[in-house]
Amino acid sequence: MPVSDYIPVIGLEIHSELLTKSKVFCTCSAEFGGDKNSRCCPVCSGLPGTLPIINQTAVEYAVKAGYALGCSINKFSVFDRKNYFYPDLPKAYQISQLNLPLCINGTVPIDYEENGEKKHKEIRINRIHLEEDAGKLIHDDLNGVSLADYNRCGIPLIEIVTEPDLSSPEEARTLVEKISLLLQYAGVSDCKMEQGSIRCDVNISLMKPTDKEFGTRAEIKNLNSLKSIYRTVEYEIKRQARLLDRGEKIVQETRRFDDNKGETRTMRTKEDAHDYKYFPDPDIRQVNFTDEDLSRIRNSLPEMPYERLEKYTGKLSIPEKEARIIVNNKRLSDLFEDALKCYNNPKSLVNFIIGEIMRRMNLGEIDIEKPMFTAELMAKLVEMSDTEKVTKSDAKEIFREMAEKGGDPEDIAKREGMIIENDTGKVLEVIDSVIAGNEKAVNQYKSGDVKVFGFLMGQCSKALRGAATPKVIKEELEKKLKSLT
Amino acid sequence: MDVTSLSVKELRAGLDKKEFSSPEITAAYLDRIKKIDGSLESYITVTEEEALTAANEAQKKIDSGDVSPLSGIPLAIKDNICTDGVKTTCASKMLENFIPPYNATAMEKLNAQGIVMLGKTSMDEFAMGGSTQTSAFKKTKNPYDLTRVPGGSSGGSAAAVGARLCAAALGSDTGGSIRQPASFCGVTGLKPTYGRVSRYGLVAFASSLDQIGPIANTAEDCGIILNAVCGYDYHDGTSENRPEEDFTAKVGMSMKGVKIAIPAEFYAEGIDEDVRKAVLAAADSYKAMGAELVDVSMPSLKYAVAAYYLIASAEASSNLSRYDGIKYGHRSDITGDYNELITASRSEGFGDEVKRRILLGNYALCSGYYDAYYGKAMALKQKIREEYNEIFGKCDIILTPTAPGVAYGVNENIHDPKKMYQADICTVTVNIASLPAISTTCGYDGKGMPIGMSLIGKMWDEATIIGAASAFEQGFERVPANI
Repeated sequence: MPVSDYIPVIGLEIHSELLTKSKVFCTCSAEFGGDKNSRCCPVCSGLPGTLPIINQTAVEYAVKAGYALGCSINKFSVFDRKNYFYPDLPKAYQISQLNLPLCINGTVPIDYEENGEKKHKEIRINRIHLEEDAGKLIHDDLNGVSLADYNRCGIPLIEIVTEPDLSSPEEARTLVEKISLLLQYAGVSDCKMEQGSIRCDVNISLMKPTDKEFGTRAEIKNLNSLKSIYRTVEYEIKRQARLLDRGEKIVQETRRFDDNKGETRTMRTKEDAHDYKYFPDPDIRQVNFTDEDLSRIRNSLPEMPYERLEKYTGKLSIPEKEARIIVNNKRLSDLFEDALKCYNNPKSLVNFIIGEIMRRMNLGEIDIEKPMFTAELMAKLVEMSDTEKVTKSDAKEIFREMAEKGGDPEDIAKREGMIIENDTGKVLEVIDSVIAGNEKAVNQYKSGDVKVFGFLMGQCSKALRGAATPKVIKEELEKKLKSLT
Repeated sequence: MDVTSLSVKELRAGLDKKEFSSPEITAAYLDRIKKIDGSLESYITVTEEEALTAANEAQKKIDSGDVSPLSGIPLAIKDNICTDGVKTTCASKMLENFIPPYNATAMEKLNAQGIVMLGKTSMDEFAMGGSTQTSAFKKTKNPYDLTRVPGGSSGGSAAAVGARLCAAALGSDTGGSIRQPASFCGVTGLKPTYGRVSRYGLVAFASSLDQIGPIANTAEDCGIILNAVCGYDYHDGTSENRPEEDFTAKVGMSMKGVKIAIPAEFYAEGIDEDVRKAVLAAADSYKAMGAELVDVSMPSLKYAVAAYYLIASAEASSNLSRYDGIKYGHRSDITGDYNELITASRSEGFGDEVKRRILLGNYALCSGYYDAYYGKAMALKQKIREEYNEIFGKCDIILTPTAPGVAYGVNENIHDPKKMYQADICTVTVNIASLPAISTTCGYDGKGMPIGMSLIGKMWDEATIIGAASAFEQGFERVPANI
């Protein structure tokens, strides 16, 4: 049976670090990085006698994530201990949530293209719960030792569990992208895959169209790029189809993806699966939300991407394709929003962002996480170009410098002599000298050969060297020539 | 005058009147420790030098008129309460060399009052036991009879108070670990309402049951110490923010019209005759003082020990998982992979009783058994709470024996865990229901061994049980340990 005849059944577990200032159960900094073991205390390093104190901001962020993903919020929620031994887990249990997570029953719509066809699907979210991250192990093969860094211990994480509603690599990738975007807009996570602030486990099984039940699934752990999610799903579908075709059984197991080889390999089978012996953590009080708490958190949710899309295509009359491009990158969308406050010309700003900023981003000239230019100065440049204070090509030159080292576009334009002054006196002076020096052409024009106007225009522009716009030169030249006839 | 026989309250008065100084009384206790503790074995660590320094500091403050209720009072601290820079072993080989880099909140509060810490007292390993014989270091004896146990797990603290090796002490109580040793050693011990004293820095045994509390010569002294250590603590999410109150306020109260519940099940089979008689005699003296005795029932008591051991062991199995020899604590010399290393470290570091409870707890939490064990135990917890609520609907306090018998021989019971667990029958429900209870001596058996009775109070009503215990103590002549 060809691969395409199986129906893949895919569900995701997405872990995303929350952007709180401090850790989830102590007051240590939750920032990424830092010297090894410089961001830990008796609580997060699990010293005897210490107790966790829940970070209310982390709870609120998790709830915000829930709202962003269309979830219902459990007014009553419990933290549980997930017990297992591992050297990166100093308490030998992770504080997590089992039966009563903060958020349940969400939906995330995804739009994507597959085989040249536009598709739309609603993916159900089973739950979102709040938990703590573990530390990191550093294996020093040279000295044959493993070292533990506890800086990451206690960083707040949300785990988002989807229903098995996905059925292709593209859908899986699109969903992770979409969830990242929603979390970024909600302001709860920066979703930087390269820093591990969002990671993903994939559950996959195959079934035949005639099957009534799902097949046996494999879980592939810890994928940390959109590309590896796509490749994993693609590979795993093929692997399972091949086994099923041969009449073999799929083993329920946990697998890992080898990025270099592009294949998945067994980590542990069901027999070695941990019994985490979950039970409610007696150190942490149950969370009880009032209606007021929840509506306050809900109201604190910033403008979401679908709201911005509606605004862009509606009130701002931006074509849908462009609007989507902007909305799908929160940084660009924020830049656009800020620029709009300084220069209310959406169309022109969108063209500049897509044509100039994104082009330079793709060339690696702009790091949109920390651009060298501000929205305000970018808006100023676009306005200068629109009002012909500088030429379009000079505007690009100016922006190249702004993108590289910042600066005010007006200062750069002045320094480089790019400002179009449109000084009528100067223009008339030049026109007079051009007319005086091109008697033949002027006479031709006079006798009705208007084609020669272009030549005269060119002479003027050349002499003015950008000090006036073509429009002004044309107007004045026409006036002058008319006065001669 | 022998200052070591004075109560905290009397020491305060003497210090304030300059009858003696803090360094003098500190030296007197240290002297007794040197003489007696070799055979009593109540302290794991004696902090002589620090104590003398602290006493001098305290005296300076007293002299300058900057006095707190516990300024300059020499106290002992159970060795599961973290003390910054001083070994906190939990009487386990696992933490033999563990020096905490921070103070427990209760310790901070005592230090803020300028107490003199004499040292850290022995206990059952990780507070698991009722005899202090599971201590990896000091198997404390009973000050009334050195061939008998002091009770436990706060046996070191209770024996030190009973033998006058400190003015008072802090203990911890998970299922009776303050009250039972106080009873065995003929002193007074208070287990506060859960959430009254911060657990931050108390090395966890069973988090939902653990509570720090005082062991002292009188109920009033217990109140004075509770006044110092109580209060909401940011570091403990289960500590409660309560209005401030003076727990000695009801000392001297009249017992007239006070309704005392006598739950039949606590006086049934399994309770020694001597104990039953002594506690019922105490009930009669309350009646003579004007109290009203009310017969009540607690039908679920027969399940209480089982429920307690499931909940406590389940929580303990998780709480003690952090001792893997990787970060601190005992680390085996056996080399191998991670699993081999932690298996060896834990096998060598923990004693039998601790291992037994870790196994029991893990078993109770296993998926497949959870509902049958842990789930049922939690249901029983609810039931026990309801039964207490019902009793407190019609009574003010409950009077029970503290233990089924008096202190037993050092080698008895220890090999029969089931019998040992059953002996906790009188104390565990209090922890399960988060209630406060105080144990005070109400008599002696034929061999002069102390018998304790317990007064259980309503949630947050320590003041009443301290008052009631004090009312009894004032009319009762204690026989101090002859040691």
